[in-house]
Amino acid sequence: MILVVLPAHLRTLAHVQGDVQLEVSPPVTVCSVLDALEARFPMLRGTIRDHVTLQRRPFLRFFACEQDLSLEPADAPLPEAIASGREPFFIIGSIAGG
Amino acid sequence: MSSVRVLVGTKKGAFILSADGKRQQWNVAGPFFAGWEIYHMKGSPVEKNRIFVSQTSGWFGQVIQRSDDGGKTWDTPGGEKLPKPGEFPAGVSNKFVYDTSAETGKPLTTHQWYDGTQHPWEFKRVWHLEPSLTDADTVYAGVEDAAIFRSTDGARSWHELAGLRGHGTGPKWTPGAGGMGLHTILLDPKNKNRMYIAISAAGAFRTDDGGKTWKPINKGLHSNYMPDPDAEIGHCVHRIALHPSRPDVLFMQKHWDVMRTDNAGESWREVSGNLPTDFGFVIDVHAHEPETIYVVPIKSDGEHYPPEGKLRVYRSKTGGNEWEPLTKGLPQKDCYVDVLRDAMCVDNCDPCGIYFGTTGGQVYGSADGGDSWAPIVRDLPAVLSVEVQTLP
Repeated sequence: MILVVLPAHLRTLAHVQGDVQLEVSPPVTVCSVLDALEARFPMLRGTIRDHVTLQRRPFLRFFACEQDLSLEPADAPLPEAIASGREPFFIIGSIAGG
Repeated sequence: MSSVRVLVGTKKGAFILSADGKRQQWNVAGPFFAGWEIYHMKGSPVEKNRIFVSQTSGWFGQVIQRSDDGGKTWDTPGGEKLPKPGEFPAGVSNKFVYDTSAETGKPLTTHQWYDGTQHPWEFKRVWHLEPSLTDADTVYAGVEDAAIFRSTDGARSWHELAGLRGHGTGPKWTPGAGGMGLHTILLDPKNKNRMYIAISAAGAFRTDDGGKTWKPINKGLHSNYMPDPDAEIGHCVHRIALHPSRPDVLFMQKHWDVMRTDNAGESWREVSGNLPTDFGFVIDVHAHEPETIYVVPIKSDGEHYPPEGKLRVYRSKTGGNEWEPLTKGLPQKDCYVDVLRDAMCVDNCDPCGIYFGTTGGQVYGSADGGDSWAPIVRDLPAVLSVEVQTLP
């Protein structure tokens, strides 16, 4: 199971409390994690990545294992610690706007 | 006795203010969607408990919310889980994708950028939602970058009425300081095929065939900030209003100037008259007196607050030119708030109620056609939009 930590506003939108656990078939990538997340919570489509281009929204970042994975290719395998569920995959709203 | 439900969109959430027909005692509910910008919320005139909301965020983009119980509960249309076992809903209620050219598959058109170059259309947010007058599942969305979309399935999915961007003047449209938004959608209650829209900064447009084709209706507008002040395209229209009994008569608050047309926009004339300043954003029409109109003059485009620190609504009972200040109950010193373009509305009660919200977080109401005012709430986040429903 993959553990995903959503920003508070997206937890509210998805009607979930706490972290989200997802079944993701290998290979586990940013793209496959987001596919699984949006399939389970369709209301999140368009809020993390663009509907059409699938580009990450500019003020969101993807962190995991103390690394910023935001600029990695979306189809690159994520670290094994995420794939195995030992470490969470963080979707972070950047600090901006005051 | 009828009652009213005032829908308030703010920079940090939505609020619903409700009262009976006397409109003296108010209940305040909210914030809904706390922390998000609520550009607009509006109820269906067909099913009064159906309310559409534009919820936006610089981080998370656009979300459309809908309530079918008058705001008690909300959901993202199409975002419901598992309509059938093993089948996922589309989840596209926030998917606003511009049409491309049918011939080439490339973008339909470009618009003028600040530096004079051509720029592709980029969806940013929904500024205005306009529910159909006759069908509860049909709703229109005015968006930034400027375009109009329509949903015929209760906001589950959206399709552009691309004839607006594609009619030929798109390359001349330019974003204003607040972006290039389509902010006004007026549906003609006597002609289901006629609609008016307005864009900052392009101007006003009309369709007479249900949105297939559009034409600019800006003759008579004069804007000194344009190289050709009388050009067909480029005017920064802030808001247009009409009375349902006379949909060919429109009143406009432009960037500067208050205007009027008596022929569905074929020609406009200025009716600013004795206003202390003819800059402003809002304009609306009395529910029972088609020649009675309201504006809130703002000092200038560089100083977005009322002249002399006095918050005054101005009323004309002659369809313009002759204006009287309405001050009773409004702050008459040290007031430096703004009233944004979608933040004024009128109810259908008798006497007519008028409401407006400020960037200072106040929502003021008048239950006597504007003669006197009182704050309904004082300390909300900055108000972006105010709509009212008159309920049986």
